[in-house]
Amino acid sequence: MYQFNYHKPATLDEATALYKEADDPIYLSGGQTLIPTMKQRLAAPTDVIDLAGIDGLSGITVSGGVVQIGAFTRHAQVAESEAVRSAIPALADLAGQIGDGQVRNRGTMGGSVANSDPAADYPAAVVGLGATVHTDQRDIAGDDFFKDLFETALQPAEIITSIDFPVPTRAAYQKFPNPASRYAVVGVLIADFDGTIRVGVTGAGPCAFRACSIEDVLNENLDPDALDGVEVPDAGFNNDLHASAEYRAHLVKIMAKRAVVQLG
Amino acid sequence: MKISITVNGRQHDVDLPQTNALLVDVLREQLHLTGTHVGCDTSQCGACTVHLEGRAVKSCAILAVQVDGQAITTIEGIGTPDDLHPMQAAFRDCHALQCGFCTPGMIMSAIDLVQNSDSLDNRAVREGLEGNICRCTGYHNIVKAVLQAQESM
Repeated sequence: MYQFNYHKPATLDEATALYKEADDPIYLSGGQTLIPTMKQRLAAPTDVIDLAGIDGLSGITVSGGVVQIGAFTRHAQVAESEAVRSAIPALADLAGQIGDGQVRNRGTMGGSVANSDPAADYPAAVVGLGATVHTDQRDIAGDDFFKDLFETALQPAEIITSIDFPVPTRAAYQKFPNPASRYAVVGVLIADFDGTIRVGVTGAGPCAFRACSIEDVLNENLDPDALDGVEVPDAGFNNDLHASAEYRAHLVKIMAKRAVVQLG
Repeated sequence: MKISITVNGRQHDVDLPQTNALLVDVLREQLHLTGTHVGCDTSQCGACTVHLEGRAVKSCAILAVQVDGQAITTIEGIGTPDDLHPMQAAFRDCHALQCGFCTPGMIMSAIDLVQNSDSLDNRAVREGLEGNICRCTGYHNIVKAVLQAQESM
């Protein structure tokens, strides 16, 4: 790992000011992606700005049909939260499938979402549940948040503060994990909001997206067999040593079918 | 850069050689607590697992500066040769190690798992130890040891 300047601001304003002054800065949250990436010298920021000293970025509240989760909330806190489990069990299940136990004790929701790893789990929930991403500057709709491989709607220096997840009637997350890394080769979250279906997909493409062709079919007929005839086009899908684009397209359909079964 | 950390109940003021020092390197090189191992150094294997504020984390994926002011427990801090932690005793009883390289991390993860689970079965132990790799045992006796320790913890 290359040397860098380390900062631990106490406020969001201080953090963004530091970011704007630095040559090549990066925010540090849980560090479960960033630190290994820096160790491999795939990232070499001049300034690391640790967000751990900022109060009020962590915690879970449920009110008015919305689960609000602070950006600095660890995956394990979401997975173990009784409040999340009773409001959106699929979200607690999803959090409990991220990485491994040690990673979940350290990694944060905001860090994962801001990174937009194509194989991360949370993006499927942000898209599939129609979440709203709050930042220090504005609110961003989950549908508009993920732009491309490791690219989001966040502007330089912008910091996610919390994410609101509307509570669905029911939801389910099905993931085909890479057996070594536990990243999602494909993950599909299906949410039912009073009969209106949303489908969020991660792992398949450069970033998480809504599978509208699957939503259209399930809105007509919420039955796994209804998906038999659906074609999931693999154009633009990830094609790497873990899975071909064609296989990922196949997995999108299979994970969607399993999620519909799990909805019950 | 100076940090102050509590390790195994004892406070240490540590002068970091550089801001990029990893927690595992500070534990091993500066505090000479070499029970915490570096296996893969890519946050896959879990040999470097310690408890940070009571929860298992991989000390090779944490900067030492991040834990300033916090409490860490390493394998040296959970028991003594005459008074083993129940998890250590169970690993010995069940022959849950062969070469022993993964064992400190395995034990630190297993303690967190038992402390934060209602009731573990074979499958839950295997899933709960996904972050720790053992290349000797085939895991069978490790699972057996964790299930045994669960009864005495």
